[in-house]
Amino acid sequence: MGTASAVSTAEAVETVFRIESARIIAGVARIVRDVGIAEEIAQDAVVAALEQWPESGIPDKPGAWLTATAKHRAVDLVRRRETYSRKLAEVGRALEDRPPAEPPDDDDIDDDLLRLIFTACHPVLSAEARVALTLRLLGGLTTREIARAFLAAEPTVAQRIVRAKRTLAAAGVPFEVPGGAARSERLDSVLEVVYLVFNEGYSATAGDDLVRPGLCEDALRLARVLAGLMPDEPEVHGLAALLELQASRTAARTGPDGAPVLLAGQNRAKWDRLLIHRGFASLRRAGRGPYALQAAIAACHAGAGSYADTDWTAIASLYGLLLEVQPSPVVALNRAVAVSRARGPEAGLVLVEELAGVPALRDYHLLPSVRADLLEALGRTDEAAAEFARAASLTANERERGLLLERAARTGAAGGRAAREGPV
Amino acid sequence: MPRFLSISRHDERNRPAEPPAPELQQRMAELYEEITKAGVVLDMAELAPTSEATRVAWVDGRAEYTDGPFTESKEVVGGYTVIQAKDKAEALEWTRRFLEVQGRYEPGTTVEVREIAED
Repeated sequence: MGTASAVSTAEAVETVFRIESARIIAGVARIVRDVGIAEEIAQDAVVAALEQWPESGIPDKPGAWLTATAKHRAVDLVRRRETYSRKLAEVGRALEDRPPAEPPDDDDIDDDLLRLIFTACHPVLSAEARVALTLRLLGGLTTREIARAFLAAEPTVAQRIVRAKRTLAAAGVPFEVPGGAARSERLDSVLEVVYLVFNEGYSATAGDDLVRPGLCEDALRLARVLAGLMPDEPEVHGLAALLELQASRTAARTGPDGAPVLLAGQNRAKWDRLLIHRGFASLRRAGRGPYALQAAIAACHAGAGSYADTDWTAIASLYGLLLEVQPSPVVALNRAVAVSRARGPEAGLVLVEELAGVPALRDYHLLPSVRADLLEALGRTDEAAAEFARAASLTANERERGLLLERAARTGAAGGRAAREGPV
Repeated sequence: MPRFLSISRHDERNRPAEPPAPELQQRMAELYEEITKAGVVLDMAELAPTSEATRVAWVDGRAEYTDGPFTESKEVVGGYTVIQAKDKAEALEWTRRFLEVQGRYEPGTTVEVREIAED
């Protein structure tokens, strides 16, 4: 038998608040119509719990207690505001032109959570601000954790969050999930935030760590929450599928020394079967939007027992479809890679050369890196070495730079040897 | 974020004869919805009774099979959940919520929360 362990009140408050904070903030925000004030009120409720629970004991439903306390305070605040406005009106001043607050009720708290997500991801905010605010309010990350994850200074992130809240208030962004045509546009903005957070973790754009798995997990959780809240939106499942499948490869993507391991060299036994299974399940509920198509591509890899078994023809045609719904030079480059695997390096190189002059790819390290790969496969080793070196000069990631320089040296050396030995 | 395997055990020989009352079924459905929407559960399953199970042991260089039910053990594993949570305290809070509902239907249920080792 083990020993009985007790949970301290402070720990209990902290745990429950971490689980419930997004919902509490969301419920309060609907009453006060301001996410900044909502966050403060939610924290006030925690302080109240820390004061009262040691005396009264931990309530049976601690989450409900925190929510009720916070909402009670929110209603008080709204009443005070209304009284204040009425008094202003009595002395002949203009009323604040705010819409009157709805009376609070306990219906559908999950809709409040969705409202909070759509508000935090409102396009009036920059992508950076949306990411920070979403991680803060929905992900439950502290400002310090966000700063660390994005390699930014803590005061910078704190400022970004404060400014984002002010922008939302100043723009009078309504606390709602938009309907109709606006809905799909705003949903794109929400999904983009989750995708950005994941990508920042998956392919850290700067610094020493290739993967910052914490951010990937935060993004995955947000995607799972969204799928739970919007089960009828195919593209939400598409995004969830994509992230589950990408995340399934995390353990295999870096070697013991922390260096990146490319797909071809990954030990597939280290792929996470549970996440692959979840990814396929989400994919079955997804449509044919850009995230769903990317997920379908990831699923082709996940379903291949070995790199040699990869169905590159299917992947090439999925990239073709993706290029139609989301025309982008990066997608075109990926398609070129898939085509080269399906039909040979010559066919791929033709497509890569077409992208040579595209301004968006001018400083993109993967263009010379892919070109180098194909040139190497065609035996044009000197050109390949030069392209690997060029790719190395363009990436900001230390690990990736190391890998590319190594390949440049190896290709160059192999080319030199071949030249000395002459054709056979 | 660590993952936890919550192993739920019950007394297989004294399971409730009746399904849960409608009110309790409603509570169970609500909890399931809450867990789904919180995005914390990666996998969740109830197991078939041990009368359908087989134990395999490696004895003296060969496999030895024992068919269930396993009458010597009072409590058997009845289900499992894989949770991904920020820490163990969070996993325990979800377990508490599960037992708050499940314990009303099957009072002897215990749950063992184990962290899944990651390399």
